[in-house]
Amino acid sequence: MSSIPAIAVISSTDRRSRADARHDAWFRRLLKVCALLVLAALLGAALSTLWGGREVLFGQGLHFLTSADWNPVTDTYGALAPIFGTLVTSLIALVLAVPLSFGIALFLTEIAPTWLRGPVATAIELLASIPSIIYGMWGLFVFVPFMARVEPGLSATLGRIPLLGKLFEGPPIGLGLLTAGIVLAVMILPFISSVMREVFQTVPNRLKESSYALGSTTWEVVWDIVLPYTRSAVIGGIFLGLGRALGETMAVTFVLGNAYNITSSLLMPGTSISSSIANEFNEAVGTHRSALIALGFLLFVVTFVVLLISRLMLRRLAKREGA
Amino acid sequence: MTTMNRNKLRLLALATTLALGIGAAHATDITGAGSSFVYPVISKWSAAYAEKTGNRVNYQSIGSGGGIAQIKAGTVDFGASDMPLDEATLDKFGLGQFPDVIGGIVPAYNIAGIAPGKLVLDGQVLAKIFLGQITNWSDPAIAALNPDIALPSAKITVVHRSDGSGTSFNVTNYLSKVSADWKSKVGEGTAVKWPVGIGGKGNEGVSAYVKQIPNSIGYVEYAYAVQNKLGYARMKNAAGKVVSPETASFQAAAATADWSHAKNFNLLMTNAPGTDAWPITATSWVIMYKQPKNVANSKVAFDFFRYAYDDGKAAATALDYVPLPASLVTQIEGYWKTEFKQ
Repeated sequence: MSSIPAIAVISSTDRRSRADARHDAWFRRLLKVCALLVLAALLGAALSTLWGGREVLFGQGLHFLTSADWNPVTDTYGALAPIFGTLVTSLIALVLAVPLSFGIALFLTEIAPTWLRGPVATAIELLASIPSIIYGMWGLFVFVPFMARVEPGLSATLGRIPLLGKLFEGPPIGLGLLTAGIVLAVMILPFISSVMREVFQTVPNRLKESSYALGSTTWEVVWDIVLPYTRSAVIGGIFLGLGRALGETMAVTFVLGNAYNITSSLLMPGTSISSSIANEFNEAVGTHRSALIALGFLLFVVTFVVLLISRLMLRRLAKREGA
Repeated sequence: MTTMNRNKLRLLALATTLALGIGAAHATDITGAGSSFVYPVISKWSAAYAEKTGNRVNYQSIGSGGGIAQIKAGTVDFGASDMPLDEATLDKFGLGQFPDVIGGIVPAYNIAGIAPGKLVLDGQVLAKIFLGQITNWSDPAIAALNPDIALPSAKITVVHRSDGSGTSFNVTNYLSKVSADWKSKVGEGTAVKWPVGIGGKGNEGVSAYVKQIPNSIGYVEYAYAVQNKLGYARMKNAAGKVVSPETASFQAAAATADWSHAKNFNLLMTNAPGTDAWPITATSWVIMYKQPKNVANSKVAFDFFRYAYDDGKAAATALDYVPLPASLVTQIEGYWKTEFKQ
């Protein structure tokens, strides 16, 4: 008698576990589809920009990558000036934003009194939520006139230094690569600094306290303990910021000057990949449209290369630490 | 599957139209798309027209290129473009085109101490400035045109449009007409390779740059120069007379342009011959099918533009556009009768 319920229990658990396994399989498939959907969207976007830009990418070939001549009237397109502008403005933004973010994150995790940490951290995160068009308008109406007043001073002082001076020549109109780079720096600052702050907080107090006990200064603790401990995440944060700087469109369009120039001076106007697309796409037809879509594909490639470099850097770092 | 779906959709659309038709007797919604140049005035006309007739005109300001693409695809009832289509394209797609409203484009400057309308320029000098051949306001060529004002010795900053635009097209077309040098080095188009200067996005972008950058010169639609209190230049026109940018001179350009010999109104009014004509006067073209699929919508579109030419004059003037001169309107109405199925 007693064995019969036992069998029933077994068969019911058996059935349940079989159902569970089936559900699990479906769940796994569902998750896989979710993940593949992202890949499919990415691949689809990359391929459709490649297809849209085929006329220029394959028709003009290397000329598109090596020429700085962008002429819609004669339908010849060279992407060098937008690529140059994109890279230079992003680089300026990184050079300014990384040390500043580092300082902010350090201050907030190591030095600031506890009551100050919350409000400042929130303020920085709020900075990240401002739409880029607002940065663009602020840049155009407030920051550009300010830069126009500062730039003559820059030319007169930094412009006199041999070699480096080349970067600060030109008419002080306020618009240009430097202004765009600074606005971008303000825009990516919150991303980098909040990532840095988060990861600095993960450093075990044990490590820091031992170091202090050995007589280290705050700087030594930060440089020798905190930074090595969080290096890969910090680099990740920097590349997150860089990714945003490379693709930023509206704010850059407002302050960059939108001229197809490649110049040694940072005070001269330039153009970027995304702002060229935003500017010209509306009225572009035929080959011109194809060239702009090809520019979009190039932005894909540039971003991909940047991500690839960051991955390689992280891997090399991990290897060195392992050895 | 798709055809079935499409049929279902059509049925649904039909049902909705019927349902709506019961609500508002004979109200028709028509759609147009294209030029951003005419967007402000078309939306104003559209609101007044809807109040009067109950028919609504939905206009999407997506740019001339987009407008041409949409009308070719047959997704809108009319397109609007700042650049006229050539005869081959019109014939290929069975399209016709006619002007809707006139606007003036002015060189706008920011030179301390020189009030709006004081500076005088001509096409040659303007071309040289935009080519980067004249780089200083004290250049003798500018001084020769302005014997009465003291021009500063300051470097000129050129401001142009960074986005593709009908405004740029009309300016570069004008410069190509008056300067062989410009024609060979730069040419004409909605976007060109500017030899010098910085680019502002839209009329508002150029206005903002000109306002901010001392000793700069750009070009904007007349309304923007007025609203932003920018300095605007007077121009020496094709007849050699110095004219001010104003309704009368824009209209003079439209009246003296040789429309009667322009097939499909394919004529740019730049450098118009009249003695009082403003040299950089522009229009945009409405593009419609001669044999429309939806005759009822097409009919409403014609009725709308007839209303615009007539009752819409005040609205256009209030927005600093210029209504078409009566002679041109008569010609357009004739064109409608002979070319379009109504």
